Amino acid sequence: MIEMDLQNAWSVASKDFEIFKRRKGVLYATIAFPLGIALGFPGVLVAIESVAGTGTISASVAPFLNAFSFWYVIGAASLPTGIASYSIVGEKIQKSLEPLLATPMTDSEILLGKSIAAFVPPIAAIWASSVVFMVMIDLVTHAGLGYLYYPNWSFGVILLVLAPLASILSIELTVILSARANDVRSVQQFTGVMFFPFLIIYVMTEIGVIQLTIINLLIMSGIFLVVDLLLFYLSIATFKREEILTKWR
Amino acid sequence: MDEGEVFGFLGPNGAGKTTTIRMLTCLISKTSGTARIGEYDIGNSLDQPKIRRIIGLVPDNVGLYEELTAYKNLDFYGRYYKVDETKRRERIEYFLKLLGMWDKRDLAAGTFSKGMKQKLAIARSLIHDPQILFMDEPTANLDPEASKTVRDFILALKKEKKTIFLNTHNLDEAQRICDRIAILNTKLMAYGTPAELERSASGRKVVVQLESVNNAIISAAKKVATGNVEVGEGNKLTIGVNDPEKENPDIMSAIGAAGGRIQFVTEASSTLEDVYLKLVRSQ
Repeated sequence: MIEMDLQNAWSVASKDFEIFKRRKGVLYATIAFPLGIALGFPGVLVAIESVAGTGTISASVAPFLNAFSFWYVIGAASLPTGIASYSIVGEKIQKSLEPLLATPMTDSEILLGKSIAAFVPPIAAIWASSVVFMVMIDLVTHAGLGYLYYPNWSFGVILLVLAPLASILSIELTVILSARANDVRSVQQFTGVMFFPFLIIYVMTEIGVIQLTIINLLIMSGIFLVVDLLLFYLSIATFKREEILTKWR
Repeated sequence: MDEGEVFGFLGPNGAGKTTTIRMLTCLISKTSGTARIGEYDIGNSLDQPKIRRIIGLVPDNVGLYEELTAYKNLDFYGRYYKVDETKRRERIEYFLKLLGMWDKRDLAAGTFSKGMKQKLAIARSLIHDPQILFMDEPTANLDPEASKTVRDFILALKKEKKTIFLNTHNLDEAQRICDRIAILNTKLMAYGTPAELERSASGRKVVVQLESVNNAIISAAKKVATGNVEVGEGNKLTIGVNDPEKENPDIMSAIGAAGGRIQFVTEASSTLEDVYLKLVRSQ
């Protein structure tokens, strides 16, 4: 049975939000990546259109649009690692974990608080930039397609189900790796490896091996959910007061 | 430990001082034995959150949130302990003013000197008004001025009757601050008030300064003294005694009867440093 007081978890998350606001590098990276997706791909389409000189974007780009939206899952999986690694390994380096662990909060509350802190800013940035992305894509493709491509159900599943699950997976993995790491960069290097499976899925969608249909997206979400649950129990088992103080390097 | 007492835990590096504090603050488990904090057992997992609620910890590394202001550092810890907002604000203001840091409340903790950081860490540990405060080498690595500031703050807490468990290897600090001291070197070597420990090392001795010393005086002193009589430089006799309050009058009478002219009498005792070194080296 996991003992949990959400107010305690929120207190830990609030503190991490305050620190996050002051770490400009992490803050800018969290905003820049999803914004880059939102502006970059429509920009590429406009560039292709101007080179081709067709005046409008043809309907043949539709499958690429669908595949491209998977970048939001990649973003959701990679962005929280920066915050989570600073939040856990950063505290370990600053030696601020010991006084925190001496408070009455449970290990699970501290872990949940840190997870919320790593989850909320990237997901908020991804959702906010997705609005920009949808508007931009509709603006540049409406004339050629003859209809508004976004919003659609697939993108809805990507944003509301798959991206959060990918984000949780990445946070849990960062927690587990943090137990073995003694600097922020090494955690980020390890979690960076996680980027590749997502990139492979993206490439497979672009070349048509995987179709991002709602069914396929829900199957993927189911797999992510199972992995998330497994990693959740593993991260709970890793994040123990005594282990942190005696075994974490 | 008694309520309102400052208890010193002395020992060399690696003696187990930090491990003991971590056990008592329920950060790590004990392997054997028992310890109680107030009415709670440190080995009982149901008691552990209750123990954490009534204690404050100043770890050997201050562990402040360097990016956050002094105020925010205290405020978040107040929230962790569920101190209500009004009380939190009052206590933060009280401690920051007490420590002379109120003007610096909006500065990031990372910009502070080591002494200021240490003071802030102590204030952080007190924000929820704990019954017992555990401090792990609070003056280690501080310059003399910063050490004094921290020591003065601990003395102010002592006046407020706070119960304090102080880990240190600063003997002078222990002697000045602590009511009782335990000397540890992986096991408990000695335990008592500073005065008791000083006496325990070599027994009690009295030093008699005479105008001149001769054999008749030495013989007279040896007849009545329960311990050794040693002749020192400058006409001094150092006499071992078991119970100076009872024995001293007889010794002084005997010396006087033998023609000795006493200039002054003092009690000789080992310093805490002597006791500490003797115990630590004996292992």
